[in-house]
Amino acid sequence: MKAAIAPISAINDFVVKFANVNGSGSASANELFAKAILRMGVPVSPRNIFPSNIQGLPTWYEVRVTERGHLGRRGGVDLMVAMNPQTWNADLKEIEPGGYLFYDNSKPLPASRFRDDVQVIGVPITEICNAAYSDPRQRQLFKNIVYVGALSVLLDIDKGVVEKLIGEQFKSKPTLLDANIQALQLGRDYVEKNLAHPIGLRVQAADEVGDRIFVDGNSAAALGCVYGGATVCAWYPITPSSSCAEAFQAYCQKFRIEAETGKHLYAIVQAEDEIASIGMVVGAGWNGARAFTTTSGPGISLMTEFIGLAYMAEIPVTIINVQRGGPSTGMPTRTQQADILSCAYASHGDTRHVLLFPEDPHECFEFAAAALDLADRLQTPIFMMSDLDIGMNQRLCAPFQWDDARRFDRGKVMSAQELEAGREFGRYLDVDGDGIAYRTYPATHPGKGGFFTRGTSKDAFARYSEAGSDYLYNVQRLLKKFDTAKALVPQPVVCSAGRPTTNATIYFGSTSPAMSEAIEAMQADGIHLDTLRLRAFPFPEAVGNFIAAHERVFVVEQNRDAQMRSLLINEFGIDPARLVPILHYDGTPITARFITGEISARVGAAKLKPISKDKVASS
Amino acid sequence: MTYIAKPKLHHPSLATNKVCHTRRDYEGKISTLCAGCGHDSISAAIIQACWEMDIEPHKVAKLSGIGCSSKTPDYFLGNSHGFNTVHGRMPSVLTGANLANGELLYLGVSGDGDSASIGIGQFVHAMRRGVNMVYIVENNGVYGLTKGQFSATADQGSTSKKGVVNTDSPIDMVSLALQLGATFVARSFSGDKRQLVPLIKAAIAHRGAAFLDVISPCVAFNNHPGSTKSYDYVREHNEAVNRIDVVPTRQEIVVDFAEGESIEVEQHDGSMLCLRKLHAGYDPGNRISAMNHVQERQAQGEIVTGLLYVDPDAADLHQHLNTAALPFNTLGAEQLCPGSTVLERMNSSLR
Repeated sequence: MKAAIAPISAINDFVVKFANVNGSGSASANELFAKAILRMGVPVSPRNIFPSNIQGLPTWYEVRVTERGHLGRRGGVDLMVAMNPQTWNADLKEIEPGGYLFYDNSKPLPASRFRDDVQVIGVPITEICNAAYSDPRQRQLFKNIVYVGALSVLLDIDKGVVEKLIGEQFKSKPTLLDANIQALQLGRDYVEKNLAHPIGLRVQAADEVGDRIFVDGNSAAALGCVYGGATVCAWYPITPSSSCAEAFQAYCQKFRIEAETGKHLYAIVQAEDEIASIGMVVGAGWNGARAFTTTSGPGISLMTEFIGLAYMAEIPVTIINVQRGGPSTGMPTRTQQADILSCAYASHGDTRHVLLFPEDPHECFEFAAAALDLADRLQTPIFMMSDLDIGMNQRLCAPFQWDDARRFDRGKVMSAQELEAGREFGRYLDVDGDGIAYRTYPATHPGKGGFFTRGTSKDAFARYSEAGSDYLYNVQRLLKKFDTAKALVPQPVVCSAGRPTTNATIYFGSTSPAMSEAIEAMQADGIHLDTLRLRAFPFPEAVGNFIAAHERVFVVEQNRDAQMRSLLINEFGIDPARLVPILHYDGTPITARFITGEISARVGAAKLKPISKDKVASS
Repeated sequence: MTYIAKPKLHHPSLATNKVCHTRRDYEGKISTLCAGCGHDSISAAIIQACWEMDIEPHKVAKLSGIGCSSKTPDYFLGNSHGFNTVHGRMPSVLTGANLANGELLYLGVSGDGDSASIGIGQFVHAMRRGVNMVYIVENNGVYGLTKGQFSATADQGSTSKKGVVNTDSPIDMVSLALQLGATFVARSFSGDKRQLVPLIKAAIAHRGAAFLDVISPCVAFNNHPGSTKSYDYVREHNEAVNRIDVVPTRQEIVVDFAEGESIEVEQHDGSMLCLRKLHAGYDPGNRISAMNHVQERQAQGEIVTGLLYVDPDAADLHQHLNTAALPFNTLGAEQLCPGSTVLERMNSSLR
């Protein structure tokens, strides 16, 4: 079918979206497609858009092919692989003018079902599979590999690369290997014989991937917990965090088996609910084992009482929050950064908690291990604030690193020898001026070091007390401890615009790839911004100084109520007018187009205002 | 008051146990509970049992929830670490602590408010998992600390101090525990030290979750006529199915009752439980008949006490999870961190 406008022509820079029915076996075929392009040295950034369901509903896999390495979601689709009749209309609408629609034309559709500015590519996949296979399950499953084969010719993807990947996937299952290679070839043969190829979109080998790895954030976080010495994990299944606990299980089965005995150097309990999960983590942390739980927003809500107990009783606890759309049950399979305030101030009374904001799987690994150290050092809950976009999608990122000389920071723990030698022990006594007291593990010494742990007010020696002065000493020491945390947490990453500017932007977490792309695009348009990527709360002084150095700071985040902006205003006492909220919160990952559009409009609007005589023009 | 120091003097001829401790070494602070409270008797029984079992006092972790009963860990084992957690959630904290170091004795003290209402879920799952602990519910049928509201174990038709009638059907934690597969289920009465102390000893020796429902009258709010958890009512309706003695390994068992009237149960550590039958035909090794007996007698208004069920061969949570012998809280990077070579291989597999 001939398109009314020129078809898009792009090498290594386009978006392919697969529209499938979930439970149909499409996920591994689509991943094969993405990995093949990666192996050709071209960066890809795939995203799962999946329903809150197990089988039968629509699911999409959106792959951005990006030689320039822009890993954020672009927005818009150049090639739609429309394998789900249910979503045909919506899928068709999403294609860029001049884009392509690939479909199974075993039953050809009338012209009215298409657009005249979209090129249609039909391959009779069902017919091909029915001819090649008799088993109904095979007929269904191999459809996916057939279309990967077809696409590989259409987009000029290296056949050898795809076959090598299939070989790796089915290394131990030779019959499946042959069947998959055959299915791939069926797709390739049809296109080679019947269709013009390659199309305007194509892949060309490059060398832009480097030594980067391709991994999802949840697996990376789990691996970080293994490396960081977690021995106890208590969790409750909830989308999108379950795969983190399951990955921890798988890694422990590989790496935490005692060689001589075959016994486990770990304990994982799938608890009856999130309250029991966090309770077990509190108990384990109290008794000197590194423990963590992984959950999402609704789990955090349930855990808040225990979080308050851990804060007041000063117990090391690590919580991985893979954020999703809220509030309440919200959007379980969509991403947001909407738990900032509920985590920063979790629980009743005056509380403040350490939050870490990883931007990608590499930082998920690093920050998970760091969280376990920080929990022990600060004797308090540490939240690692991931989200669905990072956690459940494979992302290209820097390889994991570990220094074998690194030891765990167990924090201030008084030993039996120190107690025996007569060293003074006050469980809630500030001895070093940093607000952090010494603790003892249970059963350390027969006659010294024992104390009662409670969430109630106490004196510096853990004796129950209702005296106002004891209470004040304690809660003010907790503030001092929080202040000490500023230098210990991951520091912000600041980038200069390259020329003086009074405009800046602050962002964090999964916004980062879209932000880098947006900064580049705006620069080309003459809009220059200094940037600061937050990596933790409490905010180090550098953050306050950065804001003070600019007239206007755009705070970009993925929630409705500008939570991070509120946190900044609250913590620094800044005039709210200085911080401009840029909010994206429909559950899809934020795009560079969005950021560019929103910031440019506001900067543009500002530019139109008359400049007063005594003010320097902003850039 | 817990801030009044206890006198350190004791009688020079006070007996010492095998770890050279007197009973005083197992005590805690002075109780602030009401005079005559059943819970204080239970604390005394815990002290007696730990002393007789030669437990090293600091190798105990005592955890509780919130309530009058949950205050009691302060009043025994003053040299061990204690944890007063949050209402109804002691089992999860204890489970986590146990996972970190399975070598300690874990005493979980709770009440009927703490464990049969807000905490019923955690009680249920602790029984299911078989975490190695002594789980004592100090059961008085009311919320004492908040001044006398009914708890979920209050019998239907029983009255509060102010004359309000409870219309809800009661939760019987013993029946519930049996149904859930608990491997050690007992009931006793704070006023019967002869029965209670051996039961606590047996619970300490048991590997798994040992549940003791101890009726413990609240003199302030639930000791009046109309209460089914008062001293008078319990004494009149107590039906003990057996009396037990815990005999350590290698000690000769002195049989002082007629043949056919006792059962001997060997525990996993070689110690023996000698159960003298008080009720003919009661078999504490048969879960179903135990459930039947308890329910039948209950329907007659009787409170069945004694060691109601025990499985001496049960495994605990550590065994289910196949954990290594060394406590997790002693391990470091050398044992736990796979290292950079493994990480490089991981990186390669992700390219």
